[in-house]
Amino acid sequence: MRLAILDGGHGLGTKALFALIRAFSRQDVLDVIKLVKYRPEFYGGPMQGVTHEAMRGPSAWLVGDRELMAAVVARANECEWCTRAHTAVAEGAYGDRAKVSAVLTDLESAPIGEPLRATLRMLRKLTTGHSVDADDMRALRAAGVSRAQIEDALAVSFAFNTTARLADAFGFTVPGPDAFAAGAKYLLARGYR
Amino acid sequence: MTDVTRAREALVTRILEGDGRASPAQRRAAFAREGLDEPLQTLVRKVAEHAHRVTDADVAAARAAGLSEDQVFELVVCAAVGQASRQYDAALAALRAAEGT
Repeated sequence: MRLAILDGGHGLGTKALFALIRAFSRQDVLDVIKLVKYRPEFYGGPMQGVTHEAMRGPSAWLVGDRELMAAVVARANECEWCTRAHTAVAEGAYGDRAKVSAVLTDLESAPIGEPLRATLRMLRKLTTGHSVDADDMRALRAAGVSRAQIEDALAVSFAFNTTARLADAFGFTVPGPDAFAAGAKYLLARGYR
Repeated sequence: MTDVTRAREALVTRILEGDGRASPAQRRAAFAREGLDEPLQTLVRKVAEHAHRVTDADVAAARAAGLSEDQVFELVVCAAVGQASRQYDAALAALRAAEGT
């Protein structure tokens, strides 16, 4: 982490929580947890509200679909930390590693439905180009994506276009696969709050 | 207004208008990614455009210019939320245009 306060500037209660997490998970605390628990009244608290609602709130998209959107947005940002993290959560949510891997390798040939494929295509364009136009949205509607589903996907995109930037700007340390697997299990059981 | 819309607006209001170590004017400038002095302007622009290219030196330069770690923390958060918000707003405007509403 490029800011020492994000590694060790937390209050005593939070430090005690981190010690518990280390003891129970036998993993170091993920840098994203350190970020959202640092002065949580400024950013982490309100952001966890947004992310939980986007990822676990009511939606026609499955949890796995939304985690896959997060992974695609992370990849489009070239954020290794977030790509690995949400690849692990999407794999767990779907119970299908091959499908997630296929989407990240080649979206066009991956074995997913056209509404999801069209949505992932739009999110990738929005993330890399910072904008999309009415034709992009008409293409989504023609592919069978409802207006509410588009809005839900845009909320996921907002959350992970924010988080990916912070992971890279603050210099999150990429841990081993066991740490992301433990994180994925937690997020699937408890969500983002 | 949906729950996620309300939560997003609460986040933006909090980081721009709530208590902070960086001034509200600086936080708004970081969110809008314009009007900051160097080297902060470079850091904020990189966070918005291609955060994976931010380096140790970019953050060190902001610190050397007199910003505290807490101020850098807040301004980078504002830059990230600002860019994600512009994308989100642009996409919702495209959706409204497509739907003719």
